[in-house]
Amino acid sequence: MIQIKVKDREGKFHQLLAPTDMELNLMELCKAAELPVEGTCGGMALCASCQCYLLSTHNLTEKSDAEEDMLAEAFYVKGNSRLACQIKLSEELDGLEIELAPEEL
Amino acid sequence: MIQTDVLIIGAGPVGLFTVFEAGLLKLKSHLIDALPYPGGQCSEIYPKKPIFDIPAYPEVLAGDLVNNLLKQIEPFQPNYTLGERAETIEKDEEGFFTVSTQEGTQHRSKVVIIAGGLGSFEPRKPPIPDLSYFENKGVDYFVKDPEKYRNKKVLISGGGDSALDWTIQLSSIAEKVTLIHRRNEFRGALDSVEKVRQLAKSGIITLITNAEVKQLIGTDSLEQIGVRSLEGDQLLTSDYFIPLFGLLPKLGPIANWGLEIEKNAIKVDNALDYSTNVKGIYAVGDVNTYPGKLKLILSGFHETTLALQSAYQIINPGKRHTMKYTTVNGITGFDGSKKEAKKSELLSI
Repeated sequence: MIQIKVKDREGKFHQLLAPTDMELNLMELCKAAELPVEGTCGGMALCASCQCYLLSTHNLTEKSDAEEDMLAEAFYVKGNSRLACQIKLSEELDGLEIELAPEEL
Repeated sequence: MIQTDVLIIGAGPVGLFTVFEAGLLKLKSHLIDALPYPGGQCSEIYPKKPIFDIPAYPEVLAGDLVNNLLKQIEPFQPNYTLGERAETIEKDEEGFFTVSTQEGTQHRSKVVIIAGGLGSFEPRKPPIPDLSYFENKGVDYFVKDPEKYRNKKVLISGGGDSALDWTIQLSSIAEKVTLIHRRNEFRGALDSVEKVRQLAKSGIITLITNAEVKQLIGTDSLEQIGVRSLEGDQLLTSDYFIPLFGLLPKLGPIANWGLEIEKNAIKVDNALDYSTNVKGIYAVGDVNTYPGKLKLILSGFHETTLALQSAYQIINPGKRHTMKYTTVNGITGFDGSKKEAKKSELLSI
């Protein structure tokens, strides 16, 4: 189990406990915790509804071409933007802190 | 007024399969979808992605699944209202529903099956100040009639197929076409990317990459567009701005149809027939919710099959329907076509 801290769109922090043996990604974890993450495309990096900003200094896996492409068409993108669905939960991510990007209207 | 037995809201895979199951019960179907083509998410979001959990298909591309469904339902001659979003629903004293679209097309039926997925697809709108002010005053999210842009200055933004395709198409119609994209790479089809590169090289279009639209300027209509790129900020004179960032589903007006909604989905009776709290309206596929719901295409196929058994009773009160196997009875299409198993042939020795 690892701890992950998520800042929602109202600025409220949520401490989530996540298993690392279930091949979960960060989007699925947020959805399971009933945070307002749509995950419209189901995790194919084909929408940006799970965009988040990395707040901690963790080294995440490099972005795939698909994630880069989608972020290039997402809105509210910053240098620390990632698609939560592309981040697999693993032991190294213990203590990870992210912030949910604004919802697209 | 369009009349039908079963009115289906949503032409995604579950909506399409609804036509088939209705056809087996000799019920005619009509589909409404906000997209200009059938297939829903499978066509709009991931046509080239393989699906691995459709029974009996070890692997099938989402786009092929849609094509196969269209072929499967052909004998039951469904009619479509495409490119129009179902907006309102009313029930009259005779128990018939009237569903009207944004464009005012009216449909009448005794049964409505909502197979709306995650909602109707709406264009993704970039967060640029005053974007909504300039809608229909220079900002378009779709190219409906290319002629509108003849001899005009057009700026397109986006990096997918629609941005590339319209850049190519409008380059021979508009006075000037500028394509803006936030990266150097485009995720569209390779030959379209190559074509756009050629058009830019020969000076027919202007391509600005690593750039973003930041500002829209004009009084009564759009006049100038502020673009930020690595080289700095610049103002470009333009009559039109067409942001093409794809579409995203939104539950939309269905949320106000008096149906019980939970977590952005329609609550249904899964113990019985996937009916909603309004008699005659059913919800199937990703749009519904019940304890243990899984948003899978295969669940939707099952749900709509059961919903139609119940819908049959509403359309044919008092009439009993006995489920028949297609292996035994084959399929009789509304076009008079008949598909059935070959009669077995016996050979004497």
